[in-house]
Amino acid sequence: MDFTFNIEGGNFSKAGTASSEVKKILKQLNVNSKIIKRTVVSLYEAEVNVVAHAFEGVMNVDIQPDKITVLIEDKGPGIPDIDQAMVEGYSTATPQVREMGFGAGMGLPNIKRNSDLFKISSQVDVGTKLEIVNYLNSI
Amino acid sequence: MEKVHFYHALKVVEDACIGCTHCMNVCPTAAIRVKDGVANINKNACVDCGECLKSCPVNAIIVEQDDFTQIFNYKQRVALLPTVLLGQFPDDISEQEVYSVIHDLGFTHVYEVDETVGFLVDATKSYMHKHHQERPFISSFCPAIVRLIQVKFPALVDHIIHLKPVIDISALFYRKKLQDEGYAEDEIGIFYVTPCAAKIAAVKSPVGEEKSLINGVINMDFIYNKVLLSIKQNKPEKREIVLDKHMSRRSIGWTLTNGEASQYSGRCLAIDEIHNVIEVLEKLENEEITDVDFLELRACDHSCAGGVLATENRFLAIERLRKRAAWYHKNKPIILPEKEIENYREYLLDNISINEVEPRSILSLDSDMMVAMKKMKKINRIMKVLPQIDCGACGAPRCQALAQDVVQGKAKMTQCVFLQKMLTKENLISPQESFDISEATWGKSRFEKKKLNGH
Repeated sequence: MDFTFNIEGGNFSKAGTASSEVKKILKQLNVNSKIIKRTVVSLYEAEVNVVAHAFEGVMNVDIQPDKITVLIEDKGPGIPDIDQAMVEGYSTATPQVREMGFGAGMGLPNIKRNSDLFKISSQVDVGTKLEIVNYLNSI
Repeated sequence: MEKVHFYHALKVVEDACIGCTHCMNVCPTAAIRVKDGVANINKNACVDCGECLKSCPVNAIIVEQDDFTQIFNYKQRVALLPTVLLGQFPDDISEQEVYSVIHDLGFTHVYEVDETVGFLVDATKSYMHKHHQERPFISSFCPAIVRLIQVKFPALVDHIIHLKPVIDISALFYRKKLQDEGYAEDEIGIFYVTPCAAKIAAVKSPVGEEKSLINGVINMDFIYNKVLLSIKQNKPEKREIVLDKHMSRRSIGWTLTNGEASQYSGRCLAIDEIHNVIEVLEKLENEEITDVDFLELRACDHSCAGGVLATENRFLAIERLRKRAAWYHKNKPIILPEKEIENYREYLLDNISINEVEPRSILSLDSDMMVAMKKMKKINRIMKVLPQIDCGACGAPRCQALAQDVVQGKAKMTQCVFLQKMLTKENLISPQESFDISEATWGKSRFEKKKLNGH
């Protein structure tokens, strides 16, 4: 099953809407609650990243009986150094974003920790593409 | 899962119910449907929060209580009073008067539930220290919230503190104390006076405990009426009740908002009213809120002062309780039970734990994920033809709920009044068929011709 959600850059009041929708769907599909938690935590982080850094983005969720595949693509500045972005605590978020309680770094490493497969690619001034896979029978 | 039934204290009085949908629309777990003109509560989804009772315009939803005379089946009859009870009365009725009337009703012992709060605070502190990896901790205080987490937030059940709430600790304490005074187990009857429906349900089918420590439950409004009646008719025997205890400020404040959260260190949040609690639990589940140590969550607005069986305005009740707390704090009478409980510390610690709190999600469409996916696709298709205005005229609270009921075989799509009109227009169903469907939802009397001038 396929679901698509649009993510609006800069609108923090709406950050989390897409991940909450996905959570509702996974609960209805009787997915193990621990897997739901892992998935939703990483989706929320990814969603906030798009809101905080990009102009706009799309989250595509594909649910199969054995796995959930999520593709998050955004149009934005891109990440010049992915290795650095993967370091715990590293953040390029602006002071305004930090004041709202976001941008403490750890976004990407936290997503990776909560996913079974994690793929990221980025092009400066074009955007970032993130793919997350969580297997449903991993617990 | 459908077969398991839980005890619920909330009951619909079918003769009184007018099928108005008020309750159906406020239920936080969408547990209510209107069928045949009467509200039906789904026992698996109900968490006993009492929102339906508060919204009912004709008092058709009641809190079922035990027969009062059953207290006389026991030689020792203990009344456990919630602290909010004293807040129900005006200032000119003294604590002694209330106690004395309750004795006159037939109780041999009258205690307040929150007398053992100090012990619970200590036990909770060491529990949180020992299980620090399960942070954030959610209090087990409010039974409606424990049930809400079981049915709607199954991923969070492990965060509930696995300790008995204060009501059970007091029941344990006073039962043991009477046993040590020489009474047999079956001679002791412990009765809890409850400000809400959830506490009754928790006594009748406890979560995480094999059997309840409480023998029966009496509704707080019943005691309130008895006390006032007796005082107005000048009936209380002039007995001298010596107040040989000290209700500490924290004991008196325990069941009010921030009563628990104010006792612990770290980041503690106190949230009351069930929709507010749901909002926070959603965020907690997504880890949008992190770095919280302790969550005090209560289903009623202004916590127990806002319980469905409370009679006094909750703000006035709280004011009276604050005054009472200040009096005790200033005058510091003898702290008898607090000293006495020390002798029972070991015994209580041995018995304070509760078992696992089982998740029992009401959200999943089917236990088989493939079937659940098919059902979800079907729901999405049905949603395309429903009007999406959530009018409730089909007997379900929202279009989404009707679509789910249809897929689960509990309702028919034609219950939707919009679809009925469309189908009638297309000559796919006859006006009579359309009428019959509406009658099945709303009952026969709804559609009888009524005279406007009453003749």
